[in-house]
Amino acid sequence: MKLETQVHQKNLVKWAADKPEVVVFSADLTSSTEVRLFAETYPDRFYSFGMTEQNMMSAAGGMAREGFTPWVHTFAVFLYRRALDQLQMSVAYPNLRVRIVGFLPGITTPGGATHQAIEDVAILRAVPNLTILETGDATDVETVLDVAQAVDGPVYIRMLRGQIPRLFTEPLKLGRARHLKKGTDLALFTAGITTEEAMRATEVLEARGVSISHLHVTTHKPFDDPAVLEAIAGARYGVITFENHTTVGGLGSAVAEVMAEAGVGKKLLRLGIPDTYAHGGSRPYLMRYYGLDALALVRGVERLLGEKLGIEEEDLKAVRLEPVHGDYKAEAL
Amino acid sequence: MSWQEEARRVADGIRRRVTDFTLKNGGGYLSQACSSAEILATLYTRVMHLGPSVAPPVPPPFSGVPGKNANYTTGAGYNGPKAPDLDRFFISPVHYALVLYATLVETGRMAEEGLAMFNQDGSTVEMIGAEHSPGHELMAGSLGQALSQVIGIALARRERGETGRNFVFMSDGEFMIGQTWEAIETLAFYRLDSVIVYIDANGQSADGRIDEVMRIEPLKDRLEAFGAAAVEVDGHDVEALARAAGTPHPGKALFVIARTNPYCGVEVLAERAPRFHYIRFTRPEEKEALRRFYLEKWGENREA
Repeated sequence: MKLETQVHQKNLVKWAADKPEVVVFSADLTSSTEVRLFAETYPDRFYSFGMTEQNMMSAAGGMAREGFTPWVHTFAVFLYRRALDQLQMSVAYPNLRVRIVGFLPGITTPGGATHQAIEDVAILRAVPNLTILETGDATDVETVLDVAQAVDGPVYIRMLRGQIPRLFTEPLKLGRARHLKKGTDLALFTAGITTEEAMRATEVLEARGVSISHLHVTTHKPFDDPAVLEAIAGARYGVITFENHTTVGGLGSAVAEVMAEAGVGKKLLRLGIPDTYAHGGSRPYLMRYYGLDALALVRGVERLLGEKLGIEEEDLKAVRLEPVHGDYKAEAL
Repeated sequence: MSWQEEARRVADGIRRRVTDFTLKNGGGYLSQACSSAEILATLYTRVMHLGPSVAPPVPPPFSGVPGKNANYTTGAGYNGPKAPDLDRFFISPVHYALVLYATLVETGRMAEEGLAMFNQDGSTVEMIGAEHSPGHELMAGSLGQALSQVIGIALARRERGETGRNFVFMSDGEFMIGQTWEAIETLAFYRLDSVIVYIDANGQSADGRIDEVMRIEPLKDRLEAFGAAAVEVDGHDVEALARAAGTPHPGKALFVIARTNPYCGVEVLAERAPRFHYIRFTRPEEKEALRRFYLEKWGENREA
């Protein structure tokens, strides 16, 4: 598995070259959100708003009304927490083509509670008209741009920055999870950075005889991929969701809603940040502390199956990941 | 009729119609009509360059919110077509909606039947205007958001080389809001001199007198310190209001602080001081006093 850096920084400039309607808004975090190169390459299409996120969000709505597509970049917390009223009334209600790019999802920052977007999906799932996307690797980060730009309405993207693994080869598709493994014991749904951890865990779990259907979810809303119920239907022991987000209102809740509405009576284990604020620290430390790493998933699988599998940290570390094709077709399991 | 006489006629019509509705509904945002009648009348009859209305004279009923609604339109068409050289108008404190509807009727942009739909279920002529309401273009009911939205519009219009100006009507209470000041510093940063803001400075907000709620003065000094051009006028003097728009303001947004009186033209309200935000009748005598005032000033109430 290859790690790549500054994926969005480089890709956005290339992607926007033939799209004069694309403008970038930034709130004094231009380098931190990897839009410095865009600002230097297309100074006429770059708008600095300083630390005025509420004002920036409303202005993005105004510019979108005139036919431009503002790509609003800053840390996610300042978009859905500080500017939520503006996001709703200046952008979401009028169904405007604003692309809200939120960085530092979950515990991907050492910045502590003020910087960690741990409940953004929960809050924004409740916002009408809004499409919610999440990226989990370099290919997602690159190809989410086309997907978002094609949506006739506002889009929120949980974006990754810095060093990112390249896990997938195929472009992201709206409303379609990446089907990474097929199996009959468990259905596993992951999103964002938990997918890489899960890919490590499922390699070892499979070797121990656990058959898993693993889907990497990139569209949180609308959450209507038929592959979700198909995977659940084929899971003998139950369902696990594993997200870089609190266990309230995010992917786990979305899957629970789908199961309940379909009348599926299976166990559901929601793994994620356990309904708590987090604190600052390194990413490996935080992933261990809040139960977001491969070992936490293995322990979850053991709970659901009701048996110990004898898997330890060394077994997980030994896994070598290769980029996968990822199957979108909802084939019979 | 001179333009001054026409502006005063429109202002008087605004007060008459809003008073009428306040009597009919048993309450309403009447003091806003008293304070802002000359501002809106002067903007619509003298200051703004708008084309004739391109919207149906009788507003269509509510047909759904934006999103999965193919027939959706905003109420902007009542302010004329959008064109590069024409001005645009944006109302920020949309609890002034009835005042704006009355202005549209008095200036021939909306039929009187449209006004009769005010506050009726299933109508777009709502009490607190939404962007589908006649004369409205933005979602502004959460106060302090319109000016920032207009920044986005003004930046886009500048990018396209448009020469039309962008008029924003605001209330002084909105200058308590942090986002308003974020917008003002942004107007200065981008030198957006296509934006002209008229402020109904009636000194009133929901709780009562603004100076007993929060400190916003000295407003002119504050605006200038934030990089805007600001001018202070008598908000009931149509000539002064019109002249203010001509204040040179190269490279700066222009704010016209219109000092107004919340019971101007309906003096019977004066005894309600210091609370004018929403006129309610708690005793029958109050309604009777306003009815008598109406009869003496405007004659028989046609609609009642």
